[in-house]
Amino acid sequence: MKPILEAQNVTKHFPTGGGLFAKKGLVKAVDGVSLSIVPGETFAIVGESGCGKSTLARLLMRLLDATTGDVIFDGRQVTTAQGRALSDLRRDVQFIFQDPFSSLNPRMSVGRLVGEPLEVHAPNMSKADRRAKVSDLLAQVGLRPEHAARYPHEFSGGQRQRIGIARALATGPRLIIGDEPVSALDVSVQAQVVNLLGDLGRDLGLTLILIAHDLAVIRHMSDRVAVMYLGRIVEQAPADALFDTPRHPYTRALLDAIPDPDDRGTAARPRIDGEMPSPLDPPPGCAFHTRCPHATDLCRTDVPAPQTASDDHMTACHHWRDIPASPRTTTPTRRSPATQARLELYRQATEGAKIIPVATPTPHDREDTI
Amino acid sequence: MVENIDLTVAPGEILCIVGESGCGKSVTAMALMGLLPPDVARIPSGTMNFAGTTFDMTRETLPSDLRGSDMAMIFQEPMTSLNPAFRIGDQIGETVVRHKGCTQAEGRARALEMLRRVGLPSPEDRLDVYPHQLSGGQRQRVMIAMALANDPRLLIADEPTTALDVTIQAQILELIRDLQRDTGMGTILITHDLGVVAEVADTVAVMYGGQMVERGPVAEVFANPQHPYTIGLMASVPRLTGPRGRLTTIPGTVPTMDTMPDGCRFRTRCAFAARTCATRPPLTDVGPDHLTACHFAPLEDMLRVAG
Repeated sequence: MKPILEAQNVTKHFPTGGGLFAKKGLVKAVDGVSLSIVPGETFAIVGESGCGKSTLARLLMRLLDATTGDVIFDGRQVTTAQGRALSDLRRDVQFIFQDPFSSLNPRMSVGRLVGEPLEVHAPNMSKADRRAKVSDLLAQVGLRPEHAARYPHEFSGGQRQRIGIARALATGPRLIIGDEPVSALDVSVQAQVVNLLGDLGRDLGLTLILIAHDLAVIRHMSDRVAVMYLGRIVEQAPADALFDTPRHPYTRALLDAIPDPDDRGTAARPRIDGEMPSPLDPPPGCAFHTRCPHATDLCRTDVPAPQTASDDHMTACHHWRDIPASPRTTTPTRRSPATQARLELYRQATEGAKIIPVATPTPHDREDTI
Repeated sequence: MVENIDLTVAPGEILCIVGESGCGKSVTAMALMGLLPPDVARIPSGTMNFAGTTFDMTRETLPSDLRGSDMAMIFQEPMTSLNPAFRIGDQIGETVVRHKGCTQAEGRARALEMLRRVGLPSPEDRLDVYPHQLSGGQRQRVMIAMALANDPRLLIADEPTTALDVTIQAQILELIRDLQRDTGMGTILITHDLGVVAEVADTVAVMYGGQMVERGPVAEVFANPQHPYTIGLMASVPRLTGPRGRLTTIPGTVPTMDTMPDGCRFRTRCAFAARTCATRPPLTDVGPDHLTACHFAPLEDMLRVAG
């Protein structure tokens, strides 16, 4: 399929220092990243803080200018777009920010916040039409039309993120880039927003680029995943392949590090030591060699080139063949039939089933729960 | 608005308090430490039994001689809880000098020993650095070193790994567990992450809206969650294995202080709520050491789908 968005060898360097005391330096926040996103997919970019994932997201829709490299959206150059072309790009590609508290102007009503993109991109729309469209958008993200008259501070974090999503949807975009769209939210609210984004993606045929650090959320939402470390993509694969047979030691380490509610008593899981080196002073060779259990002299000198491990599965590791390609071993919690019945009852109840009391509990059921 | 919280921690035990923002888990911890500002917070009732002494929490707080020595605390954001203007060696040393009454030199020696113990690389050189020269994970190690410098009998850790990356979180959790095993201190770990609970806890207490809704041994609570909130919380978390269907959620959001309902505070979001939920359900036994506060527990015996 023809890609909707392509990045070709994109780099972003930030000069630092140069003041009275500070040494001059260069942070290679994004260092030669190539991506190809196909229409309709959800593509996730994952990595720890400082790996350059947010910078990359901003480069993809030109909230930042790339130092070198090209970004092409639907056959059009993003990196050099000007005037009309740039404003069309802003209509077709929208952004959802992480923090729903600082990304909405507190002095604007929700109706104005959601309607503002329409004022810019559909200036000929009548006021009444715009109001109707805002109501539709609010309903689409699970808010009520009367919420349009309220202000951001009157909403909880989850509701604010819904406002942010409605605002992103207003222009009828084809691609939405979400920078940690659910990570500031509480677990129960996060699940609601994850479901909402999934529904919208499917119903509107949206392409979604998701920046996140939570691998469980990513596994749940994405079709393909790219793992970043110190400005480079170290592994890229379809979600199932990445989680079942990770081919880069860093991905392996990330997967092993996540505490999983399904997986008790995992003290023996392997850990990696150390921390990500400063992007101001990245190590030579493979950037991960300082923490990698498989590192050899080759890794200390030569930057590994991307290699194809299997169909659509890319890894940038000299030794990927030596890494055990096994999924993370888990021993899921075993639950009694009574507990399973209870969880099923909960699911049905939250999905709207009518719940009535049982007249008398049967003695048999009792035994299972004690 | 935290009410009727009953907790016990034995030496060598890790108790996790889990809940979402605003559930009162941090307030509970601050109350134990005696850190609630007296002009804002009022404790109308409660007692604390700590290491053989009983405190009436309505008028007494933990004496400052014990705070930071016998009972110590680690906070979520190590950047704001370390003093940016002092070298970390001096900050750790100060707590030792204050509580042990030893000399500056002895305090500094203890600081070095602690930095080594928490696994800070090249600890000799780090004694004289300032907090801003360290990474987030290293700062959290310094916080832990400071908290443990006086061999506390109880450690309270409030979201100690929430601000950290997963690989660093794994290191810090392992460190807390190792130190806890070595020293035999009791630990209360506050978190919103069920994965962290599964990983480190012996006992778990689930809080919602200032009430404790479920408490029990961690294996039991995960295998046999009873309260609708606990069930909803577990169902809301996306998993690393298994099928990837639509997530089961908890409808709605946490009510604000002034809209918090009487009785069971979860009832405005609970799919099973009935009229009886307007009275507060007592904590009742549902298994060995396993308590839950729900009128309808166990749900599958009390309720069914109509039709």
